[in-house]
Amino acid sequence: MEIAQALEVIWAARWALLAGLGNTILISVLSILMGTALGLVVGLILTYGNPVLRFVVRLYSDFLRGTPVFVLILACFYILSVVDIQLSAYEAGIFALTLFCSSHVGEIVLGALKAIPKGQTEAAKSVGLTFFGTFFSVLLPQALRMILPTWVTTATEIVKASTLLSVIGVVELLLGVQQVIARTFLSLELYFFAGFVFFLLNFAIEKAGRFVERKVAIPS
Amino acid sequence: MDYDFNFAAVWRNFDLLLSGLGLGLVLALVSIAIGCVIGLFTAFGMLSKHRLLRWAAHGYVSAIRNTPILVLILFTFFALPQLGLRLGKIESFIVTLAVYSGAYLTEVFRSGLVALPPGLREAGLTIGLTELGTKVRITIPIMFRNVLPALGNNFISLFKDTSLAAAIAVPELTFHARKINVETFRVIETWLVASLMYVFACAIIAALLRRVERHLAIPG
Amino acid sequence: MSVPVLEITNLHKRFGDVEVLKGIDLTMQRGDVVSLIGSSGSGKTTLLRCVNLLEDYEEGIVAVAGEQIGYRQQNGRRVRLREREIARQRAMTGMTFQHFNLFPHMSAIRNVMLGLVRTRKMPKDEAYATAETWLDRVGMKDRKDHFPGQLSGGQQQRVAIARAIAMNPELMLFDEVTSALDPELVSEVLAVVKGLAADGMTMLLVTHEMQFAHDVSDRVVFMQDGRIGEEGPPDTLFHNPKSERLAAFLKSSKF
Repeated sequence: MEIAQALEVIWAARWALLAGLGNTILISVLSILMGTALGLVVGLILTYGNPVLRFVVRLYSDFLRGTPVFVLILACFYILSVVDIQLSAYEAGIFALTLFCSSHVGEIVLGALKAIPKGQTEAAKSVGLTFFGTFFSVLLPQALRMILPTWVTTATEIVKASTLLSVIGVVELLLGVQQVIARTFLSLELYFFAGFVFFLLNFAIEKAGRFVERKVAIPS
Repeated sequence: MDYDFNFAAVWRNFDLLLSGLGLGLVLALVSIAIGCVIGLFTAFGMLSKHRLLRWAAHGYVSAIRNTPILVLILFTFFALPQLGLRLGKIESFIVTLAVYSGAYLTEVFRSGLVALPPGLREAGLTIGLTELGTKVRITIPIMFRNVLPALGNNFISLFKDTSLAAAIAVPELTFHARKINVETFRVIETWLVASLMYVFACAIIAALLRRVERHLAIPG
Repeated sequence: MSVPVLEITNLHKRFGDVEVLKGIDLTMQRGDVVSLIGSSGSGKTTLLRCVNLLEDYEEGIVAVAGEQIGYRQQNGRRVRLREREIARQRAMTGMTFQHFNLFPHMSAIRNVMLGLVRTRKMPKDEAYATAETWLDRVGMKDRKDHFPGQLSGGQQQRVAIARAIAMNPELMLFDEVTSALDPELVSEVLAVVKGLAADGMTMLLVTHEMQFAHDVSDRVVFMQDGRIGEEGPPDTLFHNPKSERLAAFLKSSKF
């Protein structure tokens, strides 16, 4: 019975696979957090920055979004080593995913801030709020709610993109599974297993996102 | 950082990179064409009266969207032969990308169909068209024009995803870039040129798509 | 007397638990112009939509030119017709909508030609000539190559009327043709409808324009709560309403 055999193999390799899953989660969380922080800055500059700064950041974002994330990962991995920045594959991968995430979050932030009607800023000014006051108590709370659904999608994109680190030798879940396949040749069962675990991970993220969305929704 | 830039090695191999870019575009085009057919059927499945069809359509979309594309690529190429389905690298990649894009296009088409005023279908019926005739002559053509921008974005991200074909040694742009990188050690030059080729290709595709959109736009 | 163009017998229609039509009987002979009036929710639009089966009905018979629409009796049970049959039957009637529902991706003349070519299987050049004739008739010939988005509401509605009538239907159904129009565009559309009535077209209208209903109709039907409340020649109905409900309705409609 091949399914039973596959389950046995998975069970036998449980610690290695769990370590892989742990890496996948750690890589994703770090990339998403750092990428979001960087992305907020990108978005703010794109919205409010002076023309020169805006131009530079626009190039940054367009370049990153025009490049496939796989190329970004390979480029970071190979390039960082020749310019004497000693990063492990693990770190180079997280660096690439962080850049990727930042450009996407930047565009989301820009879009949300632009979508808030001008009247909101005018109304905030008319009650005497400063630029920062307007931004933090009027614009940001509205923008964050708009950003949430797309941000959750970006998060799942990062989780999926983290599998690409397997190609540069980072033992995350996919490479962990591939190592088991190399020993057992159960590619059908184990690739299916990998896909299923990722499905569960992303499905959970999406559901959690929906839950938070409902929680913070403005009543109407 | 003391790094002497020397692009000679990259220019020597530029024809390889260009042919790789061409192959990537062809892969993306063929895949999205098949993906459109899949997406259209699944979109109607999602809107069907039959619960089973709706479940099947939702299941397909949510399974594909939550699974990393690299896992899908490896699964199709390495695991399906276990079931007796042996495909060449290129065919296997096209199948994967088509099924993958089909899931995303389902969402695009579904929301396009839902957004159409119901009166259009009724007007088609009143002049004696069948349900199928109404779809073919009226609903689908209008929906298609309305979702063209989203379709274009999907094509661009699909084109970027063709970089992953390198993982199963399909000789597209990223595959050649890696080879040139390893053979010449002109690391920065190689990856800079490769990513710029992606960036410009995406920009050109986007510009072309905007022209197509304008050309196909419904007057008024 | 010949076969009635429209014969509705004991028509019942439910939306879930709500019965919106509770037994309607209505007969129209060739050349009749009948207006359905009544407050919103009285069932008049639903009645119209049952005639070409945009709404299914649960009980009773709707027959156009002697042919039951949508169903046939088999061993004493109602069986829904095949889709192709229903499509053919729908083409026996022409319908115009409150929101015109022109096909936005086709020019005015292609809107009119579509049914002629696809349903009537007319050759393209003949369909073009027919469509042109009808667009001329509704005063839209000079805009035949315009797209719906380039036309005013009144112009769109006139094209929609041409699209329906070019199919040479037994019966025309008008569903609140002027409700979505700016006031200054109403008269151009009503003039077209009056012209068709004068030509002897058989027409069933749902309208909120009481003056128009009075002028154009042979008979007016007042609907209330899914039933026919009162029915008769326009002068009788509008000037001597029998029921309180109709009197109140006419008063609120500023007739």
